[in-house]
Amino acid sequence: MAEQNEQHLLELRGVHKRFGAVNALNGVDFHVDVGHVMALVGDNGAGKSTLIKCVAGIHTIDDGEVLWAGEPVSIHGPKDAARLGIEVVYQDLALADNLDVVQNMYLGRELLSTLRRLDEARMEKRSREVLKELSVTTIQSVRQTVASLSGGQRQSVAVAKAVLWNSKLVILDEPTAALGVAQTQQVLDLVRRLAEQGLAVVLVSHNMNDVFEVADHITVLRLGQNVAEFTTKDTNQREVVEAITAGQLHSVPGMQEEALA
Amino acid sequence: MSDVKAPIETPSNLPPTEAATSVGGLAGYARQWVDNLRGGELGVLPIIVGIIAIAIYFQARNSQFLTAGNFVNLIAQGSAVVIIGMGMVFILLLGEIDLSVGYVSGMGGVIAAVLLEPGSGQWATWLAVAAALGVGAAIGLTQGFFVARIGVPSFVVTLAGLLGWNGVVLQIIGSKGTIVIQDKFITGLANDYVNHTLAWIVAIAGIALFLGQQMATVFRRRQAELPNPPWAVIGLRTALVGALAIAIVAWANSDRGVPYAGLLVLGLLIGLSFLAQRTRFGRHVYAVGGNAEAARRAGINVAGIRLAVFAISGTMAALGGLVLASRLSSVDTSTGGGSTLLYSIAAAVIGGTSLFGGRGTVRSAVLGGIVIAMIINGLGLLNVSAGTQFIVTGVVLLAAVTLDSLSRRRSAATGRA
Repeated sequence: MAEQNEQHLLELRGVHKRFGAVNALNGVDFHVDVGHVMALVGDNGAGKSTLIKCVAGIHTIDDGEVLWAGEPVSIHGPKDAARLGIEVVYQDLALADNLDVVQNMYLGRELLSTLRRLDEARMEKRSREVLKELSVTTIQSVRQTVASLSGGQRQSVAVAKAVLWNSKLVILDEPTAALGVAQTQQVLDLVRRLAEQGLAVVLVSHNMNDVFEVADHITVLRLGQNVAEFTTKDTNQREVVEAITAGQLHSVPGMQEEALA
Repeated sequence: MSDVKAPIETPSNLPPTEAATSVGGLAGYARQWVDNLRGGELGVLPIIVGIIAIAIYFQARNSQFLTAGNFVNLIAQGSAVVIIGMGMVFILLLGEIDLSVGYVSGMGGVIAAVLLEPGSGQWATWLAVAAALGVGAAIGLTQGFFVARIGVPSFVVTLAGLLGWNGVVLQIIGSKGTIVIQDKFITGLANDYVNHTLAWIVAIAGIALFLGQQMATVFRRRQAELPNPPWAVIGLRTALVGALAIAIVAWANSDRGVPYAGLLVLGLLIGLSFLAQRTRFGRHVYAVGGNAEAARRAGINVAGIRLAVFAISGTMAALGGLVLASRLSSVDTSTGGGSTLLYSIAAAVIGGTSLFGGRGTVRSAVLGGIVIAMIINGLGLLNVSAGTQFIVTGVVLLAAVTLDSLSRRRSAATGRA
């Protein structure tokens, strides 16, 4: 790595993750900095999901190092990740349709007042504040059910939910995959604002236009290895796509592995 | 009341329903209500209309129906189904089903009856009641264990329960056939009446509680600088609930009074509504019913919630069984059988709790229970056969479920599934 002396918020060094005979991650280095958007790109089976699941604590790594603000940490479960300030917004968003925006944002971490009652007023106030900070203006009432929201609005709620907990790193898994043009723009603006507010953001995406619009840096995974890292303004889509499809591997996996991957 | 502040300013590109929430004043609330109706969120409207229609029909056929005496009977008759139905609401909120509640209620009644049989082995009343409720909870927990931890569909587990607990009831009663209950407390539940003055005190206290609770919410929201409903809405709501409470007490008191079972229903309605709407547990029940995977990822103990809900259902079934036993002052081999199960599910569903999980309220069991009690009572006054009663109740249940499905489709169409 070129900038070894600089302290990253999250840094992965030589991370390995195996599922049986498959090397899902084969010595991956990865990092993301405060106030930056790092795009994580790669073809299907490149190991993007495995990587973010390792960071989120859903998988534990087999080998390698994870550094958080320069300190080595081990992440053994989602709770460990949450404690560090890592929040993941999965593709399916994990929102309960029958609950309203506030209820979803505080799901599992409800605020209580006296007599163990739910403190609705405090939760609603804070939810509104967070949505306002993120300039989410399309949601008219925080008391409408999530079922009544559009795809982009749902994505905004899921992101706001992740931000609510003073998280430091937000990982977004294909946030625009199911969205139309206008809604994609909404979400991309939101991603940019997260970084501007001093969060580190990892954006997993297939869409090069999205990546080039919001990412500061791009890490390319191929067959479980990181084959390239670009600074967005110094590269172009052709170069990135080339790395995705034909990037230089540091160890060539066997035929069997490639077939499985 | 000044204008309600718009939550978040925005160009209005959504249907007017959502916009209405940001429009203050009574007119805005009225419009939102109409929009909700159109959007398929029917609330309590269909059931109120249904209750009025049923009342008019039976009163026209038999002038006994709306007398104070019959009204008091109705409360005593309906209470058990309402109580069991309240437990069922929690089950349905999860999107599960509990088919065992009929015979679990039988278990509750039979256990209390056996333990209170006069003789050397007679238990203290409170101990016998606690034992009956405890057995109900334990049955619920056991069934819940198979559903939540092992993953057997609740339909099958509780179907086995339906059969199994029927068997246990038969075993306990054995050759005795019928056990007469002489305990004053148990028989008093459905056959004794709240002191008229006390009933008034409870009614007034209830209205005060209802108003106070809304005022407290307004106060807290104002402190947090959040918009509040206009005072007129709060006033109207309180006036309606107050008028209803006063009418019920005045009507019942002009005859024998409010049965203790009615008081029990009121207490449970308040307590369980609080549990469902104001506590973390209740919120998690709705979340598990709405999206179990989301709940799991939010760190909610999904299996624990399911276990607890089945325990609630079992306990409420046993409690309902005590009221059933109280009405007849005896238990026999058919206790808790017959239509008890179906009526309690029907009560919850007719009242507006969805069979599809995630949507419903505790009060729906009360509203639906009133409808069912009215039908049974009214048909009884008309001297129709048990067969006709079942047919009518079946049709009403089907109508309620159809309404639920239709309103769901409507909701999906307007984007609020």
